[in-house]
Amino acid sequence: MIKGWKDLPIGGVIPEPGTSEKYNTGEWRAWRPVFEKDKCVNCMICWVFCPDSCILVENEQMVGVDYDHCKGCGICAHECPTKALEMKPEYLFREED
Amino acid sequence: MKPELIKEVTYVPYSGNMAAAEAMRQINPDVVAAYPITPQTELMQFFADFVANGLVDTEYIPVESEHSAMSACVGAAAAGSRAMTATAGPGLAYMWEILGVASGMRLPITMTVVNRALSAPINIHGDQSDMMGARDQGWIMLFSENAEEQYDNLIQAIKIAEDERTRLPVMVGMDGFVISHSIERVRLLPDKAVEEFVGEPKVMYSLLDVDNPVTHGAVAMTDSYMEFKRQQRDAMEKAYKVIREVGEAFEEAFGKKYEHIETYKIDDADYVLIVIGSAAGTAKFVIDKVRERGDKVGLIKIRTYRPFPYYDIMDAIEASNCKAVGVFDRAETFGAVGGPLFSDIAAAMHLRGKSYPMVDFIYGLGGRDTNVNHIEEAIDKVKRLAAGEEVPLTNYLNLNE
Repeated sequence: MIKGWKDLPIGGVIPEPGTSEKYNTGEWRAWRPVFEKDKCVNCMICWVFCPDSCILVENEQMVGVDYDHCKGCGICAHECPTKALEMKPEYLFREED
Repeated sequence: MKPELIKEVTYVPYSGNMAAAEAMRQINPDVVAAYPITPQTELMQFFADFVANGLVDTEYIPVESEHSAMSACVGAAAAGSRAMTATAGPGLAYMWEILGVASGMRLPITMTVVNRALSAPINIHGDQSDMMGARDQGWIMLFSENAEEQYDNLIQAIKIAEDERTRLPVMVGMDGFVISHSIERVRLLPDKAVEEFVGEPKVMYSLLDVDNPVTHGAVAMTDSYMEFKRQQRDAMEKAYKVIREVGEAFEEAFGKKYEHIETYKIDDADYVLIVIGSAAGTAKFVIDKVRERGDKVGLIKIRTYRPFPYYDIMDAIEASNCKAVGVFDRAETFGAVGGPLFSDIAAAMHLRGKSYPMVDFIYGLGGRDTNVNHIEEAIDKVKRLAAGEEVPLTNYLNLNE
C-alpha cells in the first residue's frame, strides 16, 4: 500500500536500500517466458543476459523465472540456444485476474 | 546591529554582480557550477577569481551549458553539499528542465538570476521574462531592488533553502545591467558574521552517507507522483513563514528589515503602485515628486514572488485609501490578461472578496528605459481610472507608437 503525501519521504527520496525488490514489475508483462526443463542444458546464457536478474538458479541448475519481476522483454527466449524458453501471451496465464 | 559589528561593517562602491559574488565568497559554498552568460558573466568571473586566489574552499565546475550547470548543482546538493550557481535570461530558459528536477528532488540550491530578456529578437538587456517564465518550476523566488538587497537576499536564501520545513531551491533576481552593472553604495557585513548567520549546511539524505544508503531521483508513477507534487505545495506554503523568520533573524543580526513586501508612503495613499525590482527605486522618487503637488501615491514593492504574498499585499492595500491600483509588469504573458504580476494581484483581490479598479503597465522589456516621466504618465492613468474614466487594461510605458 502506497503511503499518503504526508508520510512519504520528501522529493521521492528512498531512504533504504534494495527496495526495488518490493516493486513487482512483473505486472507490466505482456509476454511471458515459459520454461521447459527437459530442453534446458544449463548453459546459463539466459542468466547472463536477463536485464532484471529474473532467472532463478539453484545448485547450478536453471529452475525457472521470477515472474514477480520479469517484464517479459524476451531476451532470454531469444538467446536460449535450445529453445527451452518460449514467449507466450500473458493473457493465457491470467484468467484469474 | 550589535555595536562591535557596526565597526566591522564596510561601505563599498559595488555593482550588483560584485555584491552577489562577494556574498558567495562569504557563504563559501562547497560547489559552484556555472556557465557564463551576459549580464551574469561578470559575477562568475569575480567568483572564479576568489577560487583561483584561494579565498574560498569551493569546488568550481566550469560546465558546458546551463543545463549542465544545474545538473551539476543537483548532483552536488544530493550528495549533501551546499551548491550555488548564477545565470541570466536564455541561460535560465536552458536550465528549465533541471529547475523542476532541483525543486522536485527538494534540493536547497541557491542561484542568482541576473534578469535578462528572452530571445527573439536577441537582446542582452534587463527584463523579468526569464524568472516569470520559470515561475511554476517550484523554486522560491526573491527579487532585489538594488545591489545591497541582492547581497542580503542571497545570504538569506541559504537559510531559507536549507530549512527543514522548506528544502526548496531559491532564485534571487536582480535586473540586468541596471543593478548588475551599476555601481552604487553597498553595505558589506563582516565575513565572520555572514559565516555565523548562514551556519553549517543542514544535510538531509546525503548520497555520500554510505552507512545510510539512499536513492535520489527515483521514478514515481501514477500511484505516487501526485503526492510528491502535493508535498511541494506544502513546502511552498511553509516557505512563506520561513522567509519571514529568516528576514526577522537578519534584522536582529544586522539591523535591516526584510519582509515579503516593502511599502512606501502607502498609509494615506489614494493610488497604489505595485512594482518588482529596480523600478521600485524610480517609483519612490516619482512618488515623492507627485506628492509635492498633492497626489497621494503609495508603493508596494514585491520582494517574495513565490510563494506569492497575497495577504501582505491585500493588508497593505486595504490599510490605505486605495481608489485604484497600477500594476507594473516587466514581462509579458501573451494571450492572458495583463502581465504575470497583474494576474497574481487579481487573484489576491479575489481571495479577499475585493475588487479595486486596476490597470497594468508593461514596461522595460529588453532593457527599455523607464524614466520619471513614464511613471508619472502611469500615475496619471491610475488617477483617471480612479475618477471613473475609461483606461485600457494593458498599457505600455515608453513604447514607440
